[in-house]
Amino acid sequence: MKLTGAEILCESLTKLGVKHIFGYPGGAILPVYDALGKSKLHHVLVRHEQGATHMADGYARASGEVGCAMATSGPGATNMVTGIATAMLDSSPVVCITGQVSSKVLGSDAFQEIDITGITMPITKHNVVVTRAEDIARTVREAFLIAASGRPGPVLVDITKDAQQASCEFDWDASAPKLPPKRQRINYDQAEFDRAVELLNSAKRPLILAGHGIIVSGAMKAFEQFVRAGNYPVAMTLLGIGCFPAKDPLNLGMMGMHGEAWVNNAIQESDLLIAVGMRFDDRVTGDLRTYAKSARKIHIEIDRAEINKNVQVDAALVGDAREVLEKLTPHIETRDHGVWLRHIQESKGDSAVRDIQSLPDNGHLYAAHVINDIWKETRGEAIVVTDVGQHQMWEAQYYHHNLPRTLITSGGLGTMGFALPAAIGVKFAKPDAEVWVVVGDGGFQMTMSELATIVQEKINIKIAIINNGFLGMVRQWQEFFYDKRYVATPLVAPDFAALANAFGIRGERISTRNEVIPAIRAARQSNETVLFDFRVEQEDSVYPMVAAGASLHDMIRRPDSPLVETATEP
Amino acid sequence: MQTLVAYVENKPGVLNRVSSLARRLAINIDSLTVGPTENEEIARMTIVAHTDEKGAHRLEASLEKLVDVLLAENISNRSILERDLALIKVLADQKNRPHLMELIKVFRARVVDVAPESLILEVSGTVDKIDGLLEVLRPFGVLEMARTGRIAMTRGGDLLRPPVVNEPEVSANPETRTGTTVAN
Repeated sequence: MKLTGAEILCESLTKLGVKHIFGYPGGAILPVYDALGKSKLHHVLVRHEQGATHMADGYARASGEVGCAMATSGPGATNMVTGIATAMLDSSPVVCITGQVSSKVLGSDAFQEIDITGITMPITKHNVVVTRAEDIARTVREAFLIAASGRPGPVLVDITKDAQQASCEFDWDASAPKLPPKRQRINYDQAEFDRAVELLNSAKRPLILAGHGIIVSGAMKAFEQFVRAGNYPVAMTLLGIGCFPAKDPLNLGMMGMHGEAWVNNAIQESDLLIAVGMRFDDRVTGDLRTYAKSARKIHIEIDRAEINKNVQVDAALVGDAREVLEKLTPHIETRDHGVWLRHIQESKGDSAVRDIQSLPDNGHLYAAHVINDIWKETRGEAIVVTDVGQHQMWEAQYYHHNLPRTLITSGGLGTMGFALPAAIGVKFAKPDAEVWVVVGDGGFQMTMSELATIVQEKINIKIAIINNGFLGMVRQWQEFFYDKRYVATPLVAPDFAALANAFGIRGERISTRNEVIPAIRAARQSNETVLFDFRVEQEDSVYPMVAAGASLHDMIRRPDSPLVETATEP
Repeated sequence: MQTLVAYVENKPGVLNRVSSLARRLAINIDSLTVGPTENEEIARMTIVAHTDEKGAHRLEASLEKLVDVLLAENISNRSILERDLALIKVLADQKNRPHLMELIKVFRARVVDVAPESLILEVSGTVDKIDGLLEVLRPFGVLEMARTGRIAMTRGGDLLRPPVVNEPEVSANPETRTGTTVAN
């Protein structure tokens, strides 16, 4: 069967199980769009290509399958860069397809020509230029394979316009991936495994550091069995949230810069850290010189390059989290950590009284209240997509996730503007799920044009803007470390409710505590998108906080004087 | 200084990926040589990097994550043979030429080009040997020098051969996939 390169691309994507493509057309990708129109693939027209990549990323994170974004050459492709880097840093399987100028003019600075494979080389798992129709099917299959296998990541396929237009024989079976042969490494030897088992069975104060790798590996069940077998307390990274139910007494909550105090203290006091699918990012370790000095470390990680990168470990088990955990669990003999668990519980009590939830409810609106109310009203069952900043940390602290893939957030790159477009992708991955966007007034203004995409696609998501009139996290740093010199952080915003209305979306401003729950309830009744502009306390800060480069136990705690005394009227 | 050997796909852009990776990891490359192998589809690289053992591990593991890299191995702690080749153009007038010829003999260099006022020497060996020759040639006047950078090979039965067999295709769905090591 003879098809054009563009038709082959659409056929291949269909055969690979793609249902939705998030993209934006343009000259160099037009043949593909023409073929898209004749295919069964659903194309979501975005308002900016960054949005397309975040949507594909959100789709991938919510479904566990490869997300697909598309753009034209030149500016279309360069607009994808932030989204690609976001996917790279969080190991999200995304395939980006870009149009490229005709191979005959490649290298001539033709209109909208840019070397996008050169630009994205350090932020993709792999990328490739295709100049012949004959190579499209195989290359796209390879791209999906690379994106999803091992430690997932983004792959970019740049297809020249003449390759899209040329016709050739389409033979799916003959176009199977032909990746270069790889040396198969022995991930760990028996001695390494035995050392890990020995450490597990001799620890008095063990603690698991649970990361994103557990979710990516689909290791939730194996992980739970491992936790139960050893009766281990579990601390989560931001991206690990959801890999183990928040309601489980062994789940301590989030670690790191804005982790719970009892979690960070437990890490510092532990005598064995069992790191699973996490990479000892600087945001979770603080100062490495003082990090968990009394603890031995076991590292279970699929990416060999992560071993001993930041923290020197005593046993490294390289491999898929599920496989390694399934092997380890039968060897666990010690599970009596009662003294240790009670000790953690006691320090938890101390931290909990400083919790904002314990502050008197006097009508003032705090971000933590809003997020906690959303959690209660959705019974913790919604998929929450956050942006980056204070609201993101409050979400991690006050929305308690019991299921994997229900917190979608940009961790590694910390990309503001991620939430709204990512949530659109999430909704396409999980059309029946209740999807909430929790976003700051700063990040929302970065990609709010995607409201039009929501309207055009007639999808139903709930948007909670945590509006404090500041770039809040930066303001917090200025407050703590720059003597309250608020340079470039006070932020003028449009009337978000009116803005939503202009897009044809119901918008509402909420300024007091008692309006919150009724508003959330009404929104949940609606089968259309609703946007809330929550006017929260302007100068609230996220506590506890480990200053960048400080020791993990050296936390800035919420001042004892109740915050409400200094609050301004909303 | 750490020495790594890598087998890579012999196609355009691979050198760029390798050097770009070293740059991203903030590892300074002292010397990088690429050449074809007995299999024309595969090239062999010797990378000498200014880093410690930890950095070399990271470079090695990160290199192997590149799709086009078949194998990367830090051979610094193994018994290896290292060679560097240099062409050195040195001032040689009638007066100092005999003295120069003696030095050349001692270092087992070869004269490969003779001109009235200069000679080109070819010398191969370890970096130390070439540096040593260079040191003694300097007073004569070194006009130009070209060096290949190091190539290295493990000695004897310690073989480092490119892999030939690949893993089967895995499902695009991570929940159902089985093989996971195709492209870490």
